[in-house]
Amino acid sequence: MISILAFYLFATLTIASAIAVIFARNPVHSVLWLILAFFNSAGLMLLLGAEFIAMLVVIVYVGAVAVLFLFVVMMLDIDFASLRSGFTRNLPFGIIIALVLLAEVIVAISAWKAGPALSGREIPATATPNIVALGQMLYSRYLFAFELAGLILLVAMVGAIVLTHRSRGDVRGQKISKQVARRPDEAIKNLNPGVGEGMKL
Amino acid sequence: MIGLTHYLTVAAILFTIGVLGIFLNRRNVILMLMAIELILLAVNINLVAFSAYLGDLTGQVLAMFVLTVAAAEAAIGLAILVIFFRRRGSIAVDDVNRMRG
Repeated sequence: MISILAFYLFATLTIASAIAVIFARNPVHSVLWLILAFFNSAGLMLLLGAEFIAMLVVIVYVGAVAVLFLFVVMMLDIDFASLRSGFTRNLPFGIIIALVLLAEVIVAISAWKAGPALSGREIPATATPNIVALGQMLYSRYLFAFELAGLILLVAMVGAIVLTHRSRGDVRGQKISKQVARRPDEAIKNLNPGVGEGMKL
Repeated sequence: MIGLTHYLTVAAILFTIGVLGIFLNRRNVILMLMAIELILLAVNINLVAFSAYLGDLTGQVLAMFVLTVAAAEAAIGLAILVIFFRRRGSIAVDDVNRMRG
């Protein structure tokens, strides 16, 4: 009973906040609605028993991607009102397209017949915890794909830095070669000044 | 009783909302990127739902890779957006004609 209630709560909130994402006037509000949609879909995944993916959605999407969007929206000084000029003009056509697409997908889902593996229609119970089983798969059978995913993230990180990096002329940066080339005999001087003479620099 | 069809329907609605968002905000690149995130989220819900009802964890592994690609796409897309804004002072899609494409 409680799981049915939770499913409808999470599903309704996911869809409602997704609608709010695309219809919100202020892009900052859009990002905040997007965060709510991510949280609720993480709840849906928890109901399915995929705890690791649910936590990953919260950490990666909410913690990284949504915050990145928020930073970019706040950093750029954009007149968002002018960007909405085609909104009402596109609205009827867009809604028609969306309704046709939705009807097609719903018809496809309802016409689709579950095979023998799915005919039980109950989530099968597992002996091992979700995270343990997922880790065993990731580090054995899908090890190369996992490493490749890491490589994709590295390329994305390097690409984002290279794209947005500006070399500015008015800052005094660190000169590493000069620091490394420094020797002790030219860096340190031993002095024995007399009393009352002090140090000359 | 909540079955696989319920989850598939939620994912289908989410996917449609994402497509509608791309259609409606044709000038705003940031909102288009957010709509793409919604579409990828719908795909992830589908993958996890099938994986749970089949009792096969491969779907969840694939959902993790989709998540990785979504994060990389958001980072690169927003970086391109930032340098485009620095050069042109606008992010309207109609202004993207520098390469005369």
